[in-house]
Amino acid sequence: MGERGKDDAMKHRKTNLKPLEPVAEKPEMQDPMASPVASPHKPEARLGREVQARIGQQLRAMYNDVVNQGVPQHLADLVRRLSDQDQD
Amino acid sequence: MVDTGSMKLDPAIRDQVLATVPSLRAFAISLCGNIDRADDLVQETLLRALAHIDSFQPGTNMPAWLFTILRNLFRSEYRKRRREVEDADGRYAETLISHPEQTGRVEFEEFRVALAKLPADQREALILVGASGFSYDDAAAICGCAVGTIKSRVNRARTRLADMLAIDGIDDFGPDRATRAVLAGGGRS
Repeated sequence: MGERGKDDAMKHRKTNLKPLEPVAEKPEMQDPMASPVASPHKPEARLGREVQARIGQQLRAMYNDVVNQGVPQHLADLVRRLSDQDQD
Repeated sequence: MVDTGSMKLDPAIRDQVLATVPSLRAFAISLCGNIDRADDLVQETLLRALAHIDSFQPGTNMPAWLFTILRNLFRSEYRKRRREVEDADGRYAETLISHPEQTGRVEFEEFRVALAKLPADQREALILVGASGFSYDDAAAICGCAVGTIKSRVNRARTRLADMLAIDGIDDFGPDRATRAVLAGGGRS
């Protein structure tokens, strides 16, 4: 029974599944759609200028979104009130 | 009534403090990940700073002085709540009014999530240098560490961010999970 199962499996492997093997053995990272900077096997490549420029750009965009909100009224009032008090 | 021994705060100093508030908030939000808590932290920083304004030396770097106070307050009083804050699903996005056209909403969200995953030391160093625009020397003074430490934290932060964002890119383009399972099961059993 074990032998037959094995034979069946071999048969199926030869007939039905063989065409899949070369596909399955290709690492998915070789997908031509994946950009070279995305390869996990080349950490230094991922630190390309383009990626770093993008990180810097997004970092500043995020930060400046808050900076551009200016000074909230309650904080402006606080500073003015404390500044008008006598300093000891 | 006016006593020459007690003076009101020099308006020039006051204006320097006010001018720093917007970036102080941006830094606080990056530390707290929560706008309400960040504003509490900024308020506390301003109270502390103005109560000790004598220890600020005019002509020196006001932003660096205020950032140092804020960071120390955060470390001493807010750090214990950090885990809870980092687990929150980021009300950060709610603080954002607009996004530059070149940055898509999804991409921006991915970036925000990746940034939140960085170790706090690295995120802080990256923001001080990469967003606040402090020199490595100033960032080191603010964080109370060596310049080399700041440089290495910034480098590690950039590497990790690049890793996280690059891996997301593969998931976007590569075979979906079901396809991978079929290929793996069919080819190697």
